[in-house]
Amino acid sequence: MAYKSSDQAVVTPLAKTASNGLKIVIVGGFGVGKTTMVRSVSEIRPLSTEEMMTRAGVGVDDTSDVRDKTTTTVAFDFGRISLNDQMVLYLFGAPGQERFWFLWDRLFSGALGAVVLVDTRRLEDSWYAVDRLEHQGTPFIVARNDFGGPAYTLDQVRAALDLSDRIPLIECDARRRDSSKAVLIALVDHLFALSAATENAR
Amino acid sequence: MSPRLNGEEPDRLYTVTGGRSRVDESPLDIVTLIVTESGPEPGMQSEHARILEICAGPLSVVEISAELGLPVTIVKILLIDLLDTGHVTARSPLPALRRSQLPDLEILKQVLIGLQKL
Repeated sequence: MAYKSSDQAVVTPLAKTASNGLKIVIVGGFGVGKTTMVRSVSEIRPLSTEEMMTRAGVGVDDTSDVRDKTTTTVAFDFGRISLNDQMVLYLFGAPGQERFWFLWDRLFSGALGAVVLVDTRRLEDSWYAVDRLEHQGTPFIVARNDFGGPAYTLDQVRAALDLSDRIPLIECDARRRDSSKAVLIALVDHLFALSAATENAR
Repeated sequence: MSPRLNGEEPDRLYTVTGGRSRVDESPLDIVTLIVTESGPEPGMQSEHARILEICAGPLSVVEISAELGLPVTIVKILLIDLLDTGHVTARSPLPALRRSQLPDLEILKQVLIGLQKL
């Protein structure tokens, strides 16, 4: 099997002291700008990899004949931010369609939180992701990526998504580093408020 | 997103892992960092040797997967072999990040400081 030789390695080494990996997931429909957002803040060029999804996992319950079991690979992109000498934050872009969620549940379990990236021209692409995250109790915020479409107010977007007032909804331009950075900070601020409230309640 | 079926792929994956496929109880997360402790040995499977080469400094499971061009599950199986033989060590993600459990305030502070420096 031919691998790339080490001088062509696609990965960039981390600091020797790196010891703690963290993850944040950016969920959204096709073409909404997930990889664009990852790219704008990542210290490395976004990488792509795959995970396997067996037919049993996509809702077909017949596993009687193992030889018949088909495996599909699902691709996802990710980037990385070294937060300090020890902590490394990985950002994952995940397509929000229903059929992939059992895979994301497994891969992204333990994530700090999620950003649901929405395009107001295709809000229906985000309904499932919002619903799923709410039900599984993963903290998230919603960011509307500005494509210069019809000028809906954020209140209109909130109503269309049937989004609770407790969940932050902000605007962003995923191509811009400062804007994507502000989205991540808004998510962590939200997590901080939730955690602080939980600690105070103890 | 391009779910794809490649006729050759399952055979190759079967060969790489010696037919093993279950890693549900794997202690490895996709962001667990892996570090090489001792270099490749003669006769070692090429995928194992490659991992030892690229993990001279810490690298996450998902980055190893991207570098090798192999699915995450397959890479976890290969890594468990290397953990068992002591060729690599794993630096686990921060604890208390299980579902329905909010992260520690101190961790979040560190994350915020790191992001603000971007």
